[in-house]
Amino acid sequence: MSVSKEDVKHIAKLSKLYLSEDELEKYTKDLSSIVDFANELSSIHVDGVKPTAHILDIKNVFRKDERQKSYDREEILKNAPLKEAGCINVPKVVE
Amino acid sequence: MKDYEVIIGLEVHAELSTNTKIYCNCTTEFGADPNTHCCPICTGMPGTLPVLNEKVVEYAVKAGLATNCEISRFSKQDRKNYFYPDLPKAYQISQYDLPLCEHGKLEITVGEGENKYKKEIGITRIHIEEDAGKLIHDAYTGDTLVDMNRCAVPLIEIVSEPDIRSADEAIAYMQTLKSILEYLEVCDCKMQEGSLRCDVNLSVRPVGQKEFGTRTETKNLNSFRAIHNSIEFETKRQIEELENGGTIYQETRRFDDAKGIGYSMRTKEDAHDYRYFPEPDLAPIVLSDNYINEIKNSLPEMPHIKKDRYIAEYSLPEYDAEQLTASKYVAKFFEDTNAICHNPKSVSNWIMSDLFRMMNEKEIEITECKISSQDLAKLIELIDKGTISSKIAKQVFEEMFETGKNPEVIVKEKGLVQISDENAIKEMVERVVENNPQSVVDFKAGKDRALGFLVGQIMKETKGKANPQIVNKLLIEILNK
Repeated sequence: MSVSKEDVKHIAKLSKLYLSEDELEKYTKDLSSIVDFANELSSIHVDGVKPTAHILDIKNVFRKDERQKSYDREEILKNAPLKEAGCINVPKVVE
Repeated sequence: MKDYEVIIGLEVHAELSTNTKIYCNCTTEFGADPNTHCCPICTGMPGTLPVLNEKVVEYAVKAGLATNCEISRFSKQDRKNYFYPDLPKAYQISQYDLPLCEHGKLEITVGEGENKYKKEIGITRIHIEEDAGKLIHDAYTGDTLVDMNRCAVPLIEIVSEPDIRSADEAIAYMQTLKSILEYLEVCDCKMQEGSLRCDVNLSVRPVGQKEFGTRTETKNLNSFRAIHNSIEFETKRQIEELENGGTIYQETRRFDDAKGIGYSMRTKEDAHDYRYFPEPDLAPIVLSDNYINEIKNSLPEMPHIKKDRYIAEYSLPEYDAEQLTASKYVAKFFEDTNAICHNPKSVSNWIMSDLFRMMNEKEIEITECKISSQDLAKLIELIDKGTISSKIAKQVFEEMFETGKNPEVIVKEKGLVQISDENAIKEMVERVVENNPQSVVDFKAGKDRALGFLVGQIMKETKGKANPQIVNKLLIEILNK
């Protein structure tokens, strides 16, 4: 297996996902097969090939520094499940 | 106890003073109602496309050139992934392996008088990135509220080499950097508003040891005092830990400046693994020599150059020149004032003594002062012309500082015009001499203090308005008759 159970646990933690033991088994297997598939790319020789910074052949896409009206607060907060004092109310993050 | 050496590297975040955010047209203005400077791009709505603000590149290149960096001809942006409620996209667009500026250096001056020395601090890199939102912690309800106004305000992060060896060096480095950013007008450097803040990477090692010790990172310090105190605290903590046979863990820490103590936020075990990858929504930045040269030629006079010019052009002492040029705003105030009254020494003295003292007392910056350069110049002209005495001028200055009034108006309203009319003064001198025969006897007996007493009496009678030179002259004439 190219991906270990420990790897999956670590990725789950970074992604704030809580996996059951069964799910852990399943994702270890699934992710391994995905990584194996992607690893086929490693067999290609890339000596002398520059790393790709962007898949399109473009550069320097800029905007002028000119202000435009922002959105109304109601519109911006429309999807928030819990609001308070013009803010999104989220679970407490500090002790 | 062994002797220890402290190794410090600083990561300084400076908010760029562009009109708009880094990837959208929302304003960057500080202090608005929560979530009123937001749009789908800066709040990370799916399907939106960020477009880089051209000024952000220009400002970062300016900062790079002013800190002697090499400017990258080819640069790109990357995603730094982490979950936190102040980051709506769950990734911050930053730069990973190809920052805009690299390999710079900054010369700092540390200490005063005999202990003063110069030192070069290496600058590893300067990259562009977006700021996160603000979390408001409601102590009463225990809720955390998210204000996204600051999301995607452009930042440059300036990373120093681990060349700093003390809290004083760290402060000197920060002051030099702040002064440069102010001169460039790329950051307003208001530390109390968080537009300039710094993370301190610190480790200690016994003197003579080659390898660095394990370092900790104290995050988000936003005053010179907090930087200084946190370094002293963390240095002491690490040395004590090692002396007691303990271990330093690589960790992220916070410093509570009010309490004067630092504490651990998270240890390496749950350290972030940011999974950087190239930002597919943004094109690479390719800069031409022409573009870079144009910016180079547009750079303003930097503080250390200005300082040398003040010494040469105005014959000011080095210390004065350094104090006046440390802040762009102070330098401008000095130059504007002097352009009117042409008395550099006097302008410098007023700024360095009375103005700085009162600014310190009120804890305000020169830009918040009510005194205008025109009014200070006027005050100096009033003294130079002999309209008011320099003693009275101090009193006028205090009122100008408090109220922002024109000095001529204050002088007129309070009747502070200096009495230089010899006949009028002579009359007063004669009267005071007549009323104080004992002092005259004392004076003739060689007691110099008697003279001071008589001068004091005259000044008291004129409420300090009599021209002191004339008073002295006439008094001696009359006493010696």
